[in-house]
Amino acid sequence: MDWKNLATSLFPDGHNIIERDQFLSGSGQVGGETVTVIGTTGHAAIGVEIALLQAQEVLATVRAHPQRAIVILVDTQGQRLRHRDEMLGINSYMAHLAKCLDLARRQGHRIVGLVYDQALSGGFITSGLMADACYALPEATIRVMGLPAMARITKVPEERLTELAKSNPVFAPGAANYLRMGGIEEIWHDDLAQRLMQAIRQADPQDKRSAAGLQRGGRSMAFKVTQAVADHADTP
Amino acid sequence: MSSYLEANARERLQALLDTDSFVEILPPALRIVSPHLGQLDAPVAFDDGVAIGRGRLHGESVFVAAQEGGFMGGAVGEVHGAKLTGLLQLALKERPYAVLLLLETGGVRLHEANAGLIAVSEVMRALLEVRAAGIPVIVLVGGSNGCFGGMGIVARCANAIVISEEGRLAMSGPEVIETANGVEEFDSRDSALVWRTTGGKHRYLLGDCQMLVADNVGAFRQSAFELVQQCHADAAAIPLTLAGLEAEQQLLQQRIASFGQAHDPLEIWTQLGVADAAGLPMLEADAFVAVAADVRLGV
Repeated sequence: MDWKNLATSLFPDGHNIIERDQFLSGSGQVGGETVTVIGTTGHAAIGVEIALLQAQEVLATVRAHPQRAIVILVDTQGQRLRHRDEMLGINSYMAHLAKCLDLARRQGHRIVGLVYDQALSGGFITSGLMADACYALPEATIRVMGLPAMARITKVPEERLTELAKSNPVFAPGAANYLRMGGIEEIWHDDLAQRLMQAIRQADPQDKRSAAGLQRGGRSMAFKVTQAVADHADTP
Repeated sequence: MSSYLEANARERLQALLDTDSFVEILPPALRIVSPHLGQLDAPVAFDDGVAIGRGRLHGESVFVAAQEGGFMGGAVGEVHGAKLTGLLQLALKERPYAVLLLLETGGVRLHEANAGLIAVSEVMRALLEVRAAGIPVIVLVGGSNGCFGGMGIVARCANAIVISEEGRLAMSGPEVIETANGVEEFDSRDSALVWRTTGGKHRYLLGDCQMLVADNVGAFRQSAFELVQQCHADAAAIPLTLAGLEAEQQLLQQRIASFGQAHDPLEIWTQLGVADAAGLPMLEADAFVAVAADVRLGV
């Protein structure tokens, strides 16, 4: 989906989002309050520059607009696969963005993510997956990598993976599978402005994704194992 | 057994912690295995490739996790990730002196791709929760698989990293980059280039690791303890702060401005003021640390 159409649907009361080299930033009006918007478009490859620009907007919001909600619009093909980015330490840039979002959350900023087009691995983990809750549009593509590449690396035939993907959300791309596993909170089919307003109101800093994954039948073990360890009180 | 590189996860824990102090949580005897690997006829491990528990370091109570590089490269699946997240949540309750993460991993386990990706993000949030509670988190990197993918991001969410000369810390592995963008972009068989780009010495010079040690479990033990003590000496710096992250923003911005045009880490080292940049990879840890002392960034 074109980000401009998306922005019009999300912010009917107005916004001033701009695009610079696939990086989106600005603010929008949601139910009478102003929210910060950061994001990417054009299936951006997240390199050191974009990660740093996103972090900068988050820090600027924390400094200048205490407790203002932050909306992350996700469309990324993942981290940029270049020697230069690795040489400069791209993992440090992505961690920095994640830390900035975590700081914002702790300082009372509600954070909502929305995958409106594509979300892959490294680009997703430090954006939408760092939000209080991440949502998706029905046609959104979400995955770690494509099944052919996955087949090559795992040495499991692609036909087998394709077959398994029909019944097991762990292998298959798509918003519905991430919903089942708890990584996505809800899929927005209509009335995006209303959905966004609700999402911001309901934003909860507690990470409840593994509980959701169990409840929805997508991740049977994550919540149980986490609880089993966390309940492992000191025994003499 | 003194090499950290050659030890497996449990041997590292035994040598790192005070003698016989390690108590494992969800040990292999419980046989808690991945629910996804069986469907792919892939082997399972009874600890799913990570040992977690509590122990003592110079008498202080610590929580530890050690990834086993020998099982699927230490990759993170649903159970593996949940064990790490659970340990961090338990740390919030019991407030140990520190949490030590012995990372050796290729990142997300592709056999359980989507669950692994979400799991890594859960580990990130749980780790930052521990820091926010004032408990330092220290990462150790010195296994033969390095620390890659999403776990390379997790590592940099910690308070500090100890790395060995042989340790590697990055995001996408050279093979992945070569496959995506060609051998001219990153020749994965040029091992000298691979080490210069992802290896411990380069990370240490850029300021992404706080200590560089020889490949020796005793050296890791001592450095990890010193880093924990440093954290407690400046306890206010354990949680994230706006001032701290603004300083990091400046540092990372400056890094692009200074080195964004470089094509090889050698150029960066020379620019930093290393007299014999080409000789750096050959230096032993102590000699390297001495050379790096005046030029390394981010201290």
